[in-house]
Amino acid sequence: MKKIIKYVLLDLLRNRIIIAFTVFLAVISFSVFNLEDNPSKGILSLLNLVLIIVPLVSIVFSTIYVYNAAEFIELLVSQPLRRVNIWLSIFTGLASSMCVAFLVGCGLPVLIYAPTDVGLMMTAMGLLLTIVFVSIALLASVLTRDKAKGIGVAILLWFYFTLIFDGIVLFLLFQFMDYPMEKPMVVFSCLNPVDLARILILLKLDISALMGATSAIFSNFFGNQWGMAATVLIMIAWAFTPLWWSVRKFNRKDL
Amino acid sequence: MIIATNVTKRFSKLTVLDNVSATCNKGQTISLIGPNGSGKTTFIKCLLGMVVPDSGFITFNQQNIAHNWLYRSNIGYMPQIGRYPENMTIAQVLDMMKDIRKHSAGPLDEELIQLFKLDGMMNKRMGTLSGGTRQKVSASLAFLFNPDVLILDEPTAGLDPLSTEILKDKIRKEKQQGKLVLITSHILSDLDDIVTEVIYMEEGKLRFHKSLTQLQEDTGENKLSRAIAHVMAAAK
Repeated sequence: MKKIIKYVLLDLLRNRIIIAFTVFLAVISFSVFNLEDNPSKGILSLLNLVLIIVPLVSIVFSTIYVYNAAEFIELLVSQPLRRVNIWLSIFTGLASSMCVAFLVGCGLPVLIYAPTDVGLMMTAMGLLLTIVFVSIALLASVLTRDKAKGIGVAILLWFYFTLIFDGIVLFLLFQFMDYPMEKPMVVFSCLNPVDLARILILLKLDISALMGATSAIFSNFFGNQWGMAATVLIMIAWAFTPLWWSVRKFNRKDL
Repeated sequence: MIIATNVTKRFSKLTVLDNVSATCNKGQTISLIGPNGSGKTTFIKCLLGMVVPDSGFITFNQQNIAHNWLYRSNIGYMPQIGRYPENMTIAQVLDMMKDIRKHSAGPLDEELIQLFKLDGMMNKRMGTLSGGTRQKVSASLAFLFNPDVLILDEPTAGLDPLSTEILKDKIRKEKQQGKLVLITSHILSDLDDIVTEVIYMEEGKLRFHKSLTQLQEDTGENKLSRAIAHVMAAAK
């Protein structure tokens, strides 16, 4: 398995997109921190980068990579190798290189300029989100044979998690305004890794008071250590359920 | 050595393999013949575990190949269209395969690499190679690890006459060492003097599996191509 990971990483390095992504993240992060005097304002600006751009790049790049590696995968499958190992190696290669890109491009500036709880939390969430979206990308690419369709599905999933899901939640909130919605909201937010990450980061920032009554429930649930641990577990489940499903699909896939 | 029992495969509604059973033994050179789309390549891919049959099973040395992967270390496979990572050079692909297969039993068989004069262009990227050169790489890889079974899917397609002869000589050599060789080819004249058995497939069904001498007797034709033409005409 190590050997396959090695070749996946070599291939990714030759690809240069990951390096470009690292530079892009670094340029944005450093300029944001240099423009703002107050590092926590900088963190707030970076929040959208972490919650929107990082998932987008992770999911789209990974999907395209898997489709482009079709020849490589075909070659490997005809060799004495376990399919599970091939697939997990591709996942490990992709996820680790995207994580390193995020860590160098965004985590490093954050830890230099704002080495606070918030900064740490944001770096951790960024890493988790990267893994979650790489794993969703692998699922999308194993489920559809057609490249254009697969990339379309990946972009739609990203849309769903960053925009459509929030729309649905807002809609439900307005429909059931007369009822206490605070507790169901906690459950809803567990259905979306991006929301979970956002809540955890915002709760670390002082502005969480702005969210009103829901915030009180949220800080009750997510604020304490058990809630935090539970959330991180849910995030990890978000990373590994799609991966597990994609492994099952890949095991039976015709190449 | 390889026994396929009632293998059936459907791609959505199309039945590509319909209850195919076949037995392939050591020392045989079997030619898989059939019109386009008769399921030859799918059958080969089933043997390699690249396509998972809907029903039926395949055994390799008495072991079921489902959920098994080690048996593939005994197989050298040359695909119909060799597809390799475009960014890698020939040398890198060869090194990668050597690395992955952790070859331990005996020396590597690099004869074809030399005969095809691939060592002169080791630094060319796979993406820039012509179809024929790519076939040469595929062939070299199939023979590289001295496998007991060789599965060659259209080995001579795209090769120039000289290279075809080199490859045929190599197949003959391996055959004499008692290896099982499975070949599909449209160019039947290529196969005349190599083949010992013929499997004829049509529309996903295995029509017959005979030895070459038996086929020659049955049809009264001496040349393989004539004999097959005879069979195809009789079927209509």
